[in-house]
Amino acid sequence: MSESKQPVAPDDEWREQYWKRNLRLMVGLLVVWFAASFGAGILFVERLNEIVIGDFPLGFWFAQQGSIYTFVVLILVYALRMDRLDEEFGVDERDAEGKRL
Amino acid sequence: MSAIQFWTTIFIVLSFSVYIYIAWRSRVKETAGFYVAGQGIPTVANGAAVAADWMSAASFISMAGLIAFLGYDGAIYLMGWTGGYVLLALLLAPYLRKWGKFTVPEFVGDRYSELVRTIAAGAAILISFTYVVGQMRGGGIVFSRFLNLPVAGGVAVAAAIIFTYAVLGGMKGITWTQVAQYTVLIVAYLIPAFAIAQTITGFPIPQISFGSVLAELNALSIEFGLDSYTQPFTARPQIDVFLVTMSLMIGTAGLPHVIIRFYTTKSVRGARYSAFWALLFIALLYSTAPAVGAFAKFNILDGVGGTAVTELPEWVDSWEATGLVIVNPEVETIESISNNPADEADLTVDNDILVLANPEIAGLPAPVVGLVAAGGMAAAMSTAAGLLLVISSSASHDFYFRRVKKGHASESEKLLVGRLAMAGAVVIAVIGGINPPAFVAQVVAFAFGLGAASFFPTLVLGIFWKRCNAKGAAAGMSVGLLFTATYMIWSLYISPGSTVFNISPEGIGTIGALVNFAVAIIVSKSTEPPPEDLMELVENMRYPAVARRGGAPAGPTVDQAPESELGGA
Repeated sequence: MSESKQPVAPDDEWREQYWKRNLRLMVGLLVVWFAASFGAGILFVERLNEIVIGDFPLGFWFAQQGSIYTFVVLILVYALRMDRLDEEFGVDERDAEGKRL
Repeated sequence: MSAIQFWTTIFIVLSFSVYIYIAWRSRVKETAGFYVAGQGIPTVANGAAVAADWMSAASFISMAGLIAFLGYDGAIYLMGWTGGYVLLALLLAPYLRKWGKFTVPEFVGDRYSELVRTIAAGAAILISFTYVVGQMRGGGIVFSRFLNLPVAGGVAVAAAIIFTYAVLGGMKGITWTQVAQYTVLIVAYLIPAFAIAQTITGFPIPQISFGSVLAELNALSIEFGLDSYTQPFTARPQIDVFLVTMSLMIGTAGLPHVIIRFYTTKSVRGARYSAFWALLFIALLYSTAPAVGAFAKFNILDGVGGTAVTELPEWVDSWEATGLVIVNPEVETIESISNNPADEADLTVDNDILVLANPEIAGLPAPVVGLVAAGGMAAAMSTAAGLLLVISSSASHDFYFRRVKKGHASESEKLLVGRLAMAGAVVIAVIGGINPPAFVAQVVAFAFGLGAASFFPTLVLGIFWKRCNAKGAAAGMSVGLLFTATYMIWSLYISPGSTVFNISPEGIGTIGALVNFAVAIIVSKSTEPPPEDLMELVENMRYPAVARRGGAPAGPTVDQAPESELGGA
């Protein structure tokens, strides 16, 4: 990933590509965000509650436990993926010695 | 002095000395240090500070109790107060950090206009006031129970301590103190939770083991005339659960005292990881709270229900003195339990005491009880300090200094105005804390509705839609705020209990945010676009680095340009 070539494109084209990939990642993660909390935890909670896993009705578990764990993982995935994207497009922040800030 | 009072005093005095020592050691004199701690806080520490700032008396003291009585419906707080961090991390924090100003009103002032800045400063003050009232109430409850003061006296003592403490440290002092406060509050929350899980289920990890009491809890609840614990939508209809959760989430993402914390990181990347650490630290408490709620409910129903009034456990007696536990004098055995005095149940237990009383209810030793009291104080104080900082910075930095003095105030004058604003805030918070409009968590919930309807849409549009202009933002924000506040006042005071389409005053913020979005888009579209150079600045918020490595520069840095426009900050 860090070996990838700089995209050779006119000035504004890389901006558009970077932004598009950022938005695609963001929308994907927000879909999961909505599905775990509003989907499994609220809209479909009654149907999911018919499934019981390890003493927990599944819908209840998503509302009070699962959604929180999902949120933590989503932010971590976002931060890691954005690190890669920034590096690929050469817009990562570095200090004077070239270390990542 | 009882053993509990002794240990409480020890833990509170010890923890307070640590905070004041840290605040004293890291006190700052220059304004950059005062507002954003010189942008030199490591991400993990910043995450812990955000978590402490974020988790208030409502999270620590009230939430598990609310969940205990709400059952499934308590999920609105669990999801609402964590899910907002996803929005914050993905939509706001990195971009606002790139823009690089001190406060939220400052960002909207640069991005839109001075008028929007004034509205935002007003909204920040209003929201922070609403929120700080809850902290006073929480601090007061701890003092009144453990030092035997009446709640009003407790509130006054809590206010005096928080005030002294907030004046001592700027953002840098507050940040490092909050790291210590996070440590105290999470240890104080987890130890009793693990102990109770072990006692009741024989397995110490509460997140996993509370499943095993759910079936019995459902049965006991029905026996005592309460709703089944895991049954959804017993306290609120489905549409309201949806709207309140959404309102709390987007309110979280728009709260000025949370957003300001992401300016203290070293970089845009640091802002993203700060959000991750913050939510991880918050999730430690938030995933434990529903277990604590379930265990507490189980303990009360199982231990008190059906018992003769004369044989009630000791904790009932000691909490009765605060007026937060009420035994109906006309009954002989406890056959019904409620959290609402209006129900006239045999035993009334206030939500706010469950976490604090839990160690006593579970029969844990006195030092644990004292530790929990110190944890509750840490939660209330860390949040109040952060809020008081927002109030004083909005009043002095954005309001007085910008609008009244037009940028011609001296440093000492600014500090004086900030301190006066803080003193005023404390007085109003004390009055509000003594006569709270509703439960602590609910007081806080109203602040979120207002934040959801005002800041979130304005910030998101400002970052993601270059075409959004000052007129649109000003119109959207004022209409959204006015709409939400009007509905809340109408539903709470003018015509108590009335709602439209079952939407509670806590949930109206979601609709208010939609109104804000719609108004801002329509007004922006029908007026002239913002100037080219401003659009270029917004474009530049998207790329973390100042210049593109090995390519064309990513454009002028955002830090420089607004300054040249405004003639220096």
